[in-house]
Amino acid sequence: MQPEQLKYNPSHEWVGVTESGGEKIAVIGITDFALEQLTDLVYMALPKVGTKVTAGTEFGEVESVKAVSPLYSPVDGEVVEVHDGLADQLEQLAADPFGDGWMIKVKLADDAKLDGLLDYAAYKQQCANS
Amino acid sequence: MAEFAGFNMPIQYSSIVSEHTATRQSAGLFDISHMGRLRFEGPRAHLLLDHLLTRRVSDMQPGMIRYSLMCNEEGGTLDDVLIANLETPSNRHYFLLVVNAGNRAKILKWIAPHVADFPDVEFRDTTESTAMIALQGPKSAAIAERLFTPKVTQLKNYHGLVTEQMKKPCIVSRTGYTGEDGFEFIVRAEDAARVWENLMLAGREHGIEAVGLGARDTLRLEAGMPLYGHELSAAIDPYTAGLGFAVSLGDRSFLGSDALGAFKAAPRSTKRIGLSLTGRRAAREGASLVDSDQRTVGSVTSGTFSPTLQRPIAMAYVAHELATTGTNIEVDIRGTRTEAQIVPLPFYKRANS
Repeated sequence: MQPEQLKYNPSHEWVGVTESGGEKIAVIGITDFALEQLTDLVYMALPKVGTKVTAGTEFGEVESVKAVSPLYSPVDGEVVEVHDGLADQLEQLAADPFGDGWMIKVKLADDAKLDGLLDYAAYKQQCANS
Repeated sequence: MAEFAGFNMPIQYSSIVSEHTATRQSAGLFDISHMGRLRFEGPRAHLLLDHLLTRRVSDMQPGMIRYSLMCNEEGGTLDDVLIANLETPSNRHYFLLVVNAGNRAKILKWIAPHVADFPDVEFRDTTESTAMIALQGPKSAAIAERLFTPKVTQLKNYHGLVTEQMKKPCIVSRTGYTGEDGFEFIVRAEDAARVWENLMLAGREHGIEAVGLGARDTLRLEAGMPLYGHELSAAIDPYTAGLGFAVSLGDRSFLGSDALGAFKAAPRSTKRIGLSLTGRRAAREGASLVDSDQRTVGSVTSGTFSPTLQRPIAMAYVAHELATTGTNIEVDIRGTRTEAQIVPLPFYKRANS
């Protein structure tokens, strides 16, 4: 996905919404900036298919040598696909965070909004200020 | 960058694993100027230090360095320190006490009345007028050789001397906090940047890396070394911490010696141990240890994913009766039980040491 077309949590998760069979599917991952800050990932936990997620609440975690970092969902919905094998190939996440490094796909709840998320320019600004 | 004991310090320069690996395989350079440096000079300085520290100082020959502790009257640990007996090229003698950055203010306050009892001892806190740099790793001697007199690379472990680097005064000791061979240098603050640059240049062909606080922590953890505020506190006596070797009773009385005698005779109910965990999640400080009857029997004081061993390791305090190598135990990592085993400390020991 093109970073310029994604929306962002202030906590560094990205989300891109696609249409599939009339349903809105959100693809979620974490940003290159977050990975640079964490460095040296050793572990990742993702939810199972069918898990309900809510914007702003934890759906998993990544851990580096330095620290544990919770993953917060940017949207409301239900997990319909989990990136199998990503946890065993964390280098894939660092190599292509906006592509092969995607984590989960979420079927958006009917009334789901992407309010409160940052656009690319606002997210970049936040990173520059941190 | 992070604020640490009043110093603004980098957690990492490049990445923790890269800095850690460079130190294990070649060399790492650490700015440890935050460590407190206290100087005692005078014919009775050794008697003052005999009273303050848990190991005797008066039998130390010039050039010797000892790991020691400071305890309160109740036998609680106030700090873990290095004490050096140094001799200048002009034959002046003094003692240098290196204390933890976070404890410096507390220690200054603690020792003040005792220092006052020895008006002939000249006491100075030289922390802010000097800087301290650690060179650690198997290539340390090869790097130091290019910048210092051969006496420096001939230093034995836990020995030090007062010498020069580019005609400027420099205290060198063969000490460190990584489990590797290495040196620690104390120079005047105004000379620090130049000495740092010289060491980085001399180490370049060996792939030396600047190392931040993050890798300093993972390196000392692998080496099984305690960190004050984690494995050590005023609530923990040296025997519980497994630091009985740093207490010498019987040769004199000192602050805390009565209480320590009692702890030695009747140990407390917990003990510091090492844990090796399954999986890849690290047990961080505060994680509970749970026995087969689901009782909480201890807690983790430091933990990380070990870059050298490629598995999670931790130090913890656990009930005495369980504190034997090979005991299986569970650790509660943020709500998930993870299997672990009690293993001997250190987790990592360098070859030929």
